Amino acid sequence: MNSRTCLYAAHEKLGAKMVDFSGWDMPLHYGSQIQEHHCVRRDCGMFDVSHMTVVDIDGSDVRAYLRHLLANDVAKISAPGQGIYSAMLNHRGGVIDDLIVYALPSGFRLVVNCATSEKDIAWMNDCAQGFQVLVQQREDLAMIAVQGPQAISRVNSVVGQALGAKISALKPFTSLYASSYQASDNWQYARTGYTGEEGLEIILPGSEAEVFWWQLHTAGVQPAGLAARDTLRLEAGLNLYGHEMDENILPLQANMAWTIDWRDSERDFIGRPALLAASDAGQQEKLVGLLLTQRGVLRDGQHVYFAGCDQPGVITSGSFSPTLGYSIALARVPVEAGEWGEVAMRKKRETVRLVAPGFVRHGQPVIAPCIV
Amino acid sequence: MSDTPKELKYAVTHEWALDEGDGVVSVGITDYAQESLGDVVYVELPEVGDKLSAADEAGAVESVKAASDIFAPVSGEVIAINEDLEDAPETINDSPYGDGWFFKLKMSDPSELEHLLSADGYIESVDEE
Repeated sequence: MNSRTCLYAAHEKLGAKMVDFSGWDMPLHYGSQIQEHHCVRRDCGMFDVSHMTVVDIDGSDVRAYLRHLLANDVAKISAPGQGIYSAMLNHRGGVIDDLIVYALPSGFRLVVNCATSEKDIAWMNDCAQGFQVLVQQREDLAMIAVQGPQAISRVNSVVGQALGAKISALKPFTSLYASSYQASDNWQYARTGYTGEEGLEIILPGSEAEVFWWQLHTAGVQPAGLAARDTLRLEAGLNLYGHEMDENILPLQANMAWTIDWRDSERDFIGRPALLAASDAGQQEKLVGLLLTQRGVLRDGQHVYFAGCDQPGVITSGSFSPTLGYSIALARVPVEAGEWGEVAMRKKRETVRLVAPGFVRHGQPVIAPCIV
Repeated sequence: MSDTPKELKYAVTHEWALDEGDGVVSVGITDYAQESLGDVVYVELPEVGDKLSAADEAGAVESVKAASDIFAPVSGEVIAINEDLEDAPETINDSPYGDGWFFKLKMSDPSELEHLLSADGYIESVDEE
C-alpha cells in the first residue's frame, strides 16, 4: 500500500490521474499536463509536494554539523527563514541528494527528495557521530508549491493583508514563519520553487493542508500535477535528482559548481578532498541544454554525438517544451563538445543545438549559447 | 474508466477500426491509449497510397511522456489521412474516436475485420495488461 499525502482526497475530487511516485500515490495531471504547464507560466498553479521530506535538525553542534555535512556553507544563513540550495556529497564527491536548507528560529530545516529520503536520513545519522544534534523527520508536515506570475497575489488574497505584505517583501530564497490557524506548529512561507516562475513553497501542518488547498482553489489557483512540474523545471534548466546527478556524478558534471562553497579553507565538508582531486584532474564533462527544432521528442538515455569527441554524451532529461513548442533536453556531454550534435532518436538521427542549460524564465524564452 | 464504443473493432495494440462500408475502414487509437499516453504533441501518419499488411507499422504518436507506434489493424491501401492532426495533435486526446482519426484503409481482405476484438474483448485485453 502506497503512502498518501494529506491532500489525497482533494486530488481525487479534482479528477487527478494518480500514479505511483517512489511509493507515494501522487497526481500526474488533472486532465492535461500541457494546460497545467501554461497555467503556471501565464497565471499560477499549485502543486502538492508533500511527498518531499522535511528534516529538522537541532542541537548545540548543529551549525558545525551542517558545515561538515553539506557542500554549501550554512554559515551564509543566520537569520531564521534564510535558505540556500546545497548538495549533500559522499566521500567520493558524488551527490547523495540535493536539498534546500533553511535556518529555523532554532536549528535548521532540510527539504530533501522523496525517492532518496531513507538513505539521506541514514547518512545524516551516520555523519552525526560526534556531534550534539538531533535529526528529526517531520512526517506531520505538508507542502504546497504555488507558482506563477500571480502566485503571490493569490496566496495573499487567502492569508490576508497583514501577512500578505510580509510575504510580498520576501526576497528569493528567504522565508517567514507565521503562526498556524490551529496547530501548535508554524507555517513556513518560502519564496522558492521549481518552475522558473515567481512563487512560494509553503510548509504547513498536514492537518491544515486540505482546508488551505481549497481556499487557494477558490481564490483561482488551479491544481497542477507532477507531469507539469517536470516540464516546468526542465524548461527552467533545473536539475532533478536521479537524472542530472546521482552518487556517481560530481557537482562539476551537473552544473552545480556554484553550490560548492570554498571560501572557508578550513571547512572540512564531506567530499572536499575528492572534489579537489577531480578539479586538479580537469573537468571531463559538462551539463548543457539541447534544442531539437524538428519534429520528435528527445528522451532520457539517448546518446548525443559530437564531431571530434570519442565519447557520446547522454540525455539526462528530455521532453517536449510546451512554452517553446519543440523538444528540449538536458544532457551530460564531453567538455569539448561544440555547438551542434546528433542525437540517436527512435528511428533516425537528428541534429540538435547545444545551449546553456535554461530555456524559459518568467514566461519568456531565454535561449543562450553555452559557455563552459 | 475509458470509453470503448461497441460499434468499433479493436486491435490489442490499441487501434480501433470503424467499418465505413464499401470495404473502407477508418483507424485511430483508443481512448485508453490516448489516456495512457497523455498530451499528444506529434503524429506521424502513413502516406496516401501506402499498401499495408495487418500489423504493419503505419505511423507513430508521440506525447510529452512517451512515443508509441501505430499499426495497421487490417491489410489494405491508405486512401486518406487526417492532415489536421499535424497542426492539432491534441485532437487525439479530445476526440479519439471522432476528429482524432488517423487514416482510412481500402481493405484488401474485409474478412480480416472478423479477427479483430470486440469492445468487450478489447476491455479484457486491457485489463490483462
